[in-house]
Amino acid sequence: MGLKGKSAIIGIGEFKPEKIRPGVPDTFTLEQVSELARLALTDAGLGPKDVNGLIVSGISESAYFIPSTVTEYLGIKVDFGDVVDLGGASAVSMVWRAAAAIEMGMADVVLCIIGSGLSPMSQDEIEIFSEQKPFGSSSNLWGSPQAEFDIPYGHIAQNSGYALIAQRYAHEYGYDQRATAKIAVDHRTNACANPQAIFHGQPITIEDVLNSKMVAPPLHKLEIVMPVFGGAAVVLASKEKVAESKNRPAWVTGCGERVEVKSRHYAKDFLNTPIAAASERAFNMAGIKRRDIDLVQPYDCYTITVLMTLEDAGFCGKGEGMAFVLENDLTYNGNFPVNSHGGQLGFGQTGLAGGMSHVTEAARQIMGKAHVNQIERCNNVYVSGTGGIMCEQSAIILQGD
Amino acid sequence: MLNKPFPRPTSLTQPFWDALNEGIVKIQKCNNCNSWIFYPRSHCTNCLSPDLTWKKINGTGTIYTYSTPEILPTASFFVDELPQKIVVVELDEGPRIPSNMVNVEIKDIWIGMRVKPFLDKVSDDITLLRFEPA
Repeated sequence: MGLKGKSAIIGIGEFKPEKIRPGVPDTFTLEQVSELARLALTDAGLGPKDVNGLIVSGISESAYFIPSTVTEYLGIKVDFGDVVDLGGASAVSMVWRAAAAIEMGMADVVLCIIGSGLSPMSQDEIEIFSEQKPFGSSSNLWGSPQAEFDIPYGHIAQNSGYALIAQRYAHEYGYDQRATAKIAVDHRTNACANPQAIFHGQPITIEDVLNSKMVAPPLHKLEIVMPVFGGAAVVLASKEKVAESKNRPAWVTGCGERVEVKSRHYAKDFLNTPIAAASERAFNMAGIKRRDIDLVQPYDCYTITVLMTLEDAGFCGKGEGMAFVLENDLTYNGNFPVNSHGGQLGFGQTGLAGGMSHVTEAARQIMGKAHVNQIERCNNVYVSGTGGIMCEQSAIILQGD
Repeated sequence: MLNKPFPRPTSLTQPFWDALNEGIVKIQKCNNCNSWIFYPRSHCTNCLSPDLTWKKINGTGTIYTYSTPEILPTASFFVDELPQKIVVVELDEGPRIPSNMVNVEIKDIWIGMRVKPFLDKVSDDITLLRFEPA
């Protein structure tokens, strides 16, 4: 059952994150997606005619018919087209769908692309955007449960939602602010070894984190990602196509996904996050143990997300995460490397593409093409994705030969 | 400042809001498996039965978790309420309900605190179900 490990990531395309400011980006999503496709295919040693599968996320130019809009723009024909709408879990979930399509024989080369989600906007679009923006990722349309029962009470922003989780976690298991701060510090150390990261060259200390502004207790500003412009793509290929590639392949050997609720407070088992089930499936499928993992690439919108993912994915026991992160060195040259690219905390959160940064880094490390942050022996990598307030999550295992 | 977003009831959810306007808390219960349900829906979240009944409850519960955001980058509507007192209340019947606390200082909010409804009439048609210490 499950993946047999017969497809691999063989190409990466990624924009260097940029601060969002007037004039950034100056390209539409379709333009971004095209350039990301070119970069990823060039890295893989393939051309557009080789592609026969495409998975994308939303594009700002169109709410529907997205795969055909993209294939038309790129000038390609595919035998498998899909959109993944799982928030920050989209990237990881794209990769396993691509792997499944390849193993089923639906496609030989699949592009998974996520643009920045940002585009130049006309004046009327800016007005619509300004009306919708306050609701964040909640829908304020008539009949939407969020519009009727969450939004009127101010249950909107991610910060508040993650604070709800952190407060309950503190109540059940205790909370050590120095431990969550250390997660941010170790991620920043990794970012300082990655010239692509937005916070490259800006190391921080635990005191810096604890002295940064309190956004929603117990979450400090430096424990929260900064939105930036970016975008990323990967190319997956079948065994036959992999054989033609110069890159060392990152085989997709395990995957799992769990979609639960839109608003986390309705989850019956509030603190047992969906990544537990997703990760268990992924590890069982790959047939490897947690201790075999050389690099852990957990989604890190907040430090608490990393902490709970380490626990629920089984790298440490439930309630032991605080001690675990204090006792282990999470940096790229530490004993337990986590998010060697700096995570989104250090690399920057490139919208939905932020979730792809964990995937691109995992593949890059297996290929041996990372920067100063290259891990010496990197064969087995765990990657997770998180959508919303830990409402939908997915996991993959990538392995070198 | 923008007007605050108020609920827009649907034909299915109207009894919930009508009850609040009358000073009563009503939620649904499944006639097939006896599960309590919040928010109002067409089908039971336990057994998917469409056979649901509105039941009056007293609305008491305990704080399951809370957050007190001091900066809200997305919710400009609530800037006058900063820091917000956002809670998730576990009703005595079991379902959890997102809401706010009133008549309490932030330092006095704690998980496990007993709470009761505070019905806040915010417009001619809408009464919000907030909570206060029991």
